[in-house]
Amino acid sequence: MTIFQPSSSTLLDYLLHLADNALILGHRNSEWTGHGPILEQDIAISNIALDLVGQARYFYQYAATLRAGSTEDTLAYLRDVREFKNCLLVELQNGDWAASVLRQFFFSAYQYFLFGQLQGSADATIAAIAEKSLKEARYHLRWSSEWVIRLGDGTAESHARLGNALSHLWMYTGELTSPAEYELRLADKKIAVNPALIRENWMARIDEVFEQAFLEIPVDSWMQSGGKQGQHTEHLGYILAEMQYLQRAYPGCEW
Amino acid sequence: MQTLPEIWNMLQDVNDPEVPVLSVVDLGIIRDVKSDGKNVEVVITPTYSGCPAMNRIEWDIKAMLLENGFAGVKVTTVLSPAWTSDWMSEEGKQKLKAYGIAPPHPVLSVCDSRLFQEEQAVQCPQCGSYSTRLVSQFGSTACKALYQCNDCREPFDYFKCH
Repeated sequence: MTIFQPSSSTLLDYLLHLADNALILGHRNSEWTGHGPILEQDIAISNIALDLVGQARYFYQYAATLRAGSTEDTLAYLRDVREFKNCLLVELQNGDWAASVLRQFFFSAYQYFLFGQLQGSADATIAAIAEKSLKEARYHLRWSSEWVIRLGDGTAESHARLGNALSHLWMYTGELTSPAEYELRLADKKIAVNPALIRENWMARIDEVFEQAFLEIPVDSWMQSGGKQGQHTEHLGYILAEMQYLQRAYPGCEW
Repeated sequence: MQTLPEIWNMLQDVNDPEVPVLSVVDLGIIRDVKSDGKNVEVVITPTYSGCPAMNRIEWDIKAMLLENGFAGVKVTTVLSPAWTSDWMSEEGKQKLKAYGIAPPHPVLSVCDSRLFQEEQAVQCPQCGSYSTRLVSQFGSTACKALYQCNDCREPFDYFKCH
């Protein structure tokens, strides 16, 4: 299978993967701004969106130093779908509140263990970004874990909605801890973390929270993948259309 | 020619635009100042990755130092070691309290990832009561949580430990 590979550097691929994950989920969460179920939680998910976009900026700024003529803005606003390397999970539509908090929980647990390991990266910039972002991921994990438990152990309605969200989202979680080639290559050099190695911790966290939320991991274990290599669901194009519109229509526009 | 202590003193006049009672020095985000008398470099670190005030703070520092006669002003951002609320000055904590925001507790005593925990005894900055409850871990900005006092009933921000 030939995989479309527009960028040459392995490190660049990895940085874009980390940045795109954070940017796209940050964008999805920001869609809740003004629409949250109650004001306090609208503010909470908007704050999480801000943290994620901030983390994306660090990775894009570093990535921009590796690709001549690029900036954090051109990387975010002027790449097309096939060049994005985010996991499929983060680009899916928000769905209801249960689906959004469950997705955030899966992703925050992943970030929490990933950044914990990446703090020891042989690349000093990646290590510093991980150290900084880990503190935020810890808050996000706590918040989303509590929401999963609250809904799972809540009313019949909230439990059913969470169950529906789980059966829809579960097949997109495998990709988080399935390594892409660039992750394996950089893990050999101690720059990246092989995400397969955090799977056990990730799973333990899911089990712990699911037990309190009266949720069971689906038995059907088929997992979707492709996002890390640029093969996305139809949803990413729609996000980019909205997010990139202004820079595409008015190149170089500032305000 | 301005000495380093004088520059630190000047930085006391640059405030956090979102918590204007705190200077950037009180907040603990100034990590280093280097100067040869004509040019100056200020090293800052962000509180939270998504803090929208960081760009503004950078401009404010540059503008203030240029107005004070420096020929070249450079503001550099470092991420490691990561900012912690323990770096907030005691004076800063007192200013926060007087402003109506409960100051952060020391990080080691209360920060961890256990679920459904509430930080113990966050004091109401209005009436002084320790009988308060957490409303939301995320308040009006990333660095604050929302609390309410069980005695005077006033809602208030708590500058959370981080």
